[in-house]
Amino acid sequence: MKIEIRGARLVDPAANTEANASLFIAEGRIASTGKAPDGFKPDEVIEAGGLVLCPGLVDLAARLREPGFEYKATLESEMRAAVAGGVTTLACPPDTDPPLDEPGLVEMLTRRAASLHQARVHPLGALTVGLKGEKLAEMLELTEAGCVGFFQANAPIRDLSVLLQAMRYASTFGFTVWLRPQVADLARDGVAHEGEVATRLGLAPIPAIAETIAVRAIVELMGVTGARVHLARLSSARSVALVAEAKAKGLPLTCDVGIYHLHLSDRDIGEFDPLANFVPPLRDPRDRDALRKGVADGTIDAICSDHTPVDDDEKLVPFAEATPGATGLELLLPLVLQWGSESGLKLPATLGAVTHRPARILGAEAGTLAPGAAADLCLFDPKSPWIVSPLALASQGKNTPFMGLELSGRVARTLVGGRTVHLA
Amino acid sequence: MNASLQLDAQGRLRHLLTTEGLPAAMIRHILDTADQFVSVNEREVKKLPLLRGKAIFNVFFENSTRTRTTFEIAAKRLSADVINLNIGASSTSKGETLLDTVYNLQAMDADMFVVRHAQSGAPHLIARHVKPGVAVINAGDGRHAHPTQGLLDMYTIRHYKKDFSGLTVAIVGDVLHSRVARSQIHALKTLGVPELRVVGPKTLIPADVERMGVRVFHDMDAGIKDCDVVIMLRLQNERMNGALLPSAGEFYKAYGLNASKLAKAKPDAIVMHPGPMNRGVEIESSVADGHQSVILPQVTFGIAVRMAVMSILAGQAPGGSA
Repeated sequence: MKIEIRGARLVDPAANTEANASLFIAEGRIASTGKAPDGFKPDEVIEAGGLVLCPGLVDLAARLREPGFEYKATLESEMRAAVAGGVTTLACPPDTDPPLDEPGLVEMLTRRAASLHQARVHPLGALTVGLKGEKLAEMLELTEAGCVGFFQANAPIRDLSVLLQAMRYASTFGFTVWLRPQVADLARDGVAHEGEVATRLGLAPIPAIAETIAVRAIVELMGVTGARVHLARLSSARSVALVAEAKAKGLPLTCDVGIYHLHLSDRDIGEFDPLANFVPPLRDPRDRDALRKGVADGTIDAICSDHTPVDDDEKLVPFAEATPGATGLELLLPLVLQWGSESGLKLPATLGAVTHRPARILGAEAGTLAPGAAADLCLFDPKSPWIVSPLALASQGKNTPFMGLELSGRVARTLVGGRTVHLA
Repeated sequence: MNASLQLDAQGRLRHLLTTEGLPAAMIRHILDTADQFVSVNEREVKKLPLLRGKAIFNVFFENSTRTRTTFEIAAKRLSADVINLNIGASSTSKGETLLDTVYNLQAMDADMFVVRHAQSGAPHLIARHVKPGVAVINAGDGRHAHPTQGLLDMYTIRHYKKDFSGLTVAIVGDVLHSRVARSQIHALKTLGVPELRVVGPKTLIPADVERMGVRVFHDMDAGIKDCDVVIMLRLQNERMNGALLPSAGEFYKAYGLNASKLAKAKPDAIVMHPGPMNRGVEIESSVADGHQSVILPQVTFGIAVRMAVMSILAGQAPGGSA
């Protein structure tokens, strides 16, 4: 099967280029850009004038909710949401029920996901059995089953000696340890960033030091274990500075931020809006601004959707009792475009944060338009406005603080391995 | 920020959820209305027909005897039918959601809900989901707000000090967990108190509280120096011996109000406390019972203020709307 995508604005973040050109696909891979390969006769021509063509998005955190939370979402619904959002590669955290701590579970998930023929799924295994923070999971076995890294999701490891050994063990085999930095005892029952808003609303606080002390501890442990670490969901300005320091020392550290944290702050809690309940908490506007800058200057490697389908019943409760998180897969692209535009970035730099930069972290063959690469592509109209509504979202999770708002940037077509998996 | 939910487009009170954003004119209207009820409460027959036929549900998801009783008395003096529900011990323990509980009660034709809940913002959630015309009064939510307590404190201060514009007010003790303190701070700022202080150890003062317009003091003598009003907060015993405070005795030594500390305040300063008091922890008995204490009048005024709030919400206040 040969395909020509004609006349699009080709954006290749990996090569930092953009140009109006055609792209040629043969046997599921990119054959060339610009000029057709010798003797290329397309079976299909996709007219794409006025649209942007970029590598499919790579999302470092999308909860698919299976196994265990099928009442919140199913693999079918969330995989559909992924490609509707232009996401062609995603990493799923292990916080399912049961958690992804056994090879059989991982194999079942990857098999089920593959059978849907949509986005490529890269599971993250549980770092510890049951995510309990006590006993190491079978990392070798889990890697053989398809896991690309080991994550504690939002579950704390209270015992630092367990974390030390987990990092030592993982580094033995060169596995990446994913950690959301938070000292659990400093967060306690907190539900909102410690500061003016939490004080005024009387919400139990989570201080920024709950995160920064954890970042410091992890960086220290990296020094003695040699482990490669990915810090998930940074939320504070101070964390960005600490990561910059660690990277300057040459430590193999990467990190990401959730898309909502680039756009919202604790001010958006308003009158106890449960939709603004996130983990980590939305912090103050200075933190948000530092995160935005951190992605722009490369200190923060990637932006992820932190997609969390949550049903209505879990949000129709007082703020502190609401299940944290929001749907994100289909809002990732428009919100990234908005951040890029507001930051004065060109499209290759903007899209780099959701394509080749996260692909590098996953070790995934994705995020580039180079000849030979898999034809995982996203074709979108950067100007097309759409209103976020339950009907406009394929995800079963309809809860987002952006519900009812108009966003720009709509995915027209998504291809995985040269096959159209979403057509608007 | 709260104008949309608790005030309607004409600025009338739809719910009472917090004193934050409550306009000064509305606060004065509530206090003026309460003035008229104070005299009613001094009569032999303390009953008015203003809320006859109305059903008021006291829905307490968190235990309280004093507050629930004062709301009950206020409603009964306005001739309303009062239904008391201790929800903590029934529906929610069977798994029913907060909103389902409210919808069920609403189906019993409730006109007004008086809600206490352990979670900050729970009354906001209820107010967002009740039918038009059904009013919600926040009777204390988490550590967020206790607006009727805040308003009865304003009534008490106005009664004794006449005017807010020249006052120095200190709020002392566990500000961190106090919904009362937050309601007092918003109301006092709105009414124009120029010098508002909070006093306590760093463990009991919440982050960035200065942004609410208060000055923070950790030294009690300096904190209550030249004050016109000293408000002592209740210290919850369960928080006494944890990491927040070493002991009740040590707290009393540093922040308990005794006669010598009170002498730093103005000679005519009044001493307030939202109750229930811990004598010998927050306050010395001789001060609690002394001539500067207005703690019992606070309770009496509380009935009138709650009558005022209920009658205004029902559109039945004597003297019309604000």
